[in-house]
Amino acid sequence: MSRPAITICVLAALALPAWAGTATAVTADYPWWTWPLSLFFVCFLLGIVAVPAGVGGGVLFVPIVGGFFPFHLDFVRGAGLLVALASALAAGPDLLRNGLANLRLALPLAVLASASSIVGALVGLALPASVVNIALGVTILGIVALMAMAGKSEFPNVPAADSLSAALCMNGVFHDNVSGRDIAWKVHRTPVGLVLFTLIGMLAGMFGLGAGWANVPVLNLVMGAPLKVSAGTSSFILSLVDSSAAWVYLNRGAVLAVIAVPSVVGMMLGAMIGARLLRVLKASVIRRLVISLLLFAGMRAILKGSGIWI
Amino acid sequence: MKMTDPVIPYAPPEQQRYASVLSMGTRIGLALLVIGFCSYAFEWIPPLVPHESLATVWNQPLARYLELTGVPTGWGWVNLIDRSDIFNLVGIGILSGVSLLCLAAAAPFYASRGERVYLALCLLEIAVLLLAASGILTSGH
Repeated sequence: MSRPAITICVLAALALPAWAGTATAVTADYPWWTWPLSLFFVCFLLGIVAVPAGVGGGVLFVPIVGGFFPFHLDFVRGAGLLVALASALAAGPDLLRNGLANLRLALPLAVLASASSIVGALVGLALPASVVNIALGVTILGIVALMAMAGKSEFPNVPAADSLSAALCMNGVFHDNVSGRDIAWKVHRTPVGLVLFTLIGMLAGMFGLGAGWANVPVLNLVMGAPLKVSAGTSSFILSLVDSSAAWVYLNRGAVLAVIAVPSVVGMMLGAMIGARLLRVLKASVIRRLVISLLLFAGMRAILKGSGIWI
Repeated sequence: MKMTDPVIPYAPPEQQRYASVLSMGTRIGLALLVIGFCSYAFEWIPPLVPHESLATVWNQPLARYLELTGVPTGWGWVNLIDRSDIFNLVGIGILSGVSLLCLAAAAPFYASRGERVYLALCLLEIAVLLLAASGILTSGH
């Protein structure tokens, strides 16, 4: 199938619930189970494309489900956090055991990010949905720009560790299977990293997005951690950040099992297929597809928030 | 980790311990999530908010939804875990809370090596998670 055809098929599949769900009264015209079932199906598709595109499920889930399903954004964000959390928890043990996630690197950043994610969750739940939708749309468009433009560095050059990271021993060794070598790494610009992770935690809590899209560039490009360590540690940090924010949503009553569970299961099953397809699909094509999806969903969130396309 | 798996030297013992607790907690949480949802979807156990009613309120803002359904906030849901929709929150709570146990399992390694900064960071992260989980923090539309 050609690239435009794949894009059109996926966009059409994702937009189907929107046409049914634009009028709130329509929700009651369908049996209740059609919604979790279609949610499962859409999340399964999102899970498939998320892995080859190198993004977490949460960043796709919130704008797409929030824009095209009849659920209120408060519940979508609660479910989005759980989608991202479940994936991060499932990946965590292997990443920690093989040294790709590093506790020493993660803990100082995670403490600030998880505290700020609580603030973000509280602010997000206190703001009107229209404001959150517009802010979400702008954030998603920012993520699109970041995905399209940000580079990556397999082994960044870190001439010397900064004094804070040296004092905290934020360094380590991991075994690179591709080169067969042990790679020693250290980081720099830790104070900048701490500030950026505070902001990332805030956004994660506010929008229920997960935060891999921002964690990896900050760890890799700003702090100079190797790409694999950045990706693994990002997932681990995400598990702590999203746990904090998820508790806020849970205690506020903003977690609906009927939305959260099919989404978590669909996304995890899809991710398993996506990981297998990674060998046969061209990752750059999928990445462009995901960028298109996010662009569409981000604009939809802005239009929905501003009342132009309810 | 299976007994036959090779020992990988790149993860210090606190990471290994963290990973073991995380692995077990995540499996339990996900299993409960799926079992709970089956009991809800197939109506093995009656829900607090009937399926048909839910479809008319899930598009409402959170405050209005709580008002219409009477779903409790904070830890009030624990008193209603005999309802299938609320029982699902047990699995979700385990997934959200497993990191607390992992950190508590890793902290003694830092204490035994006299790494006070990392011990403090572990305890601080535990405090942040406990604060979030406590239900003390409230906000609303």
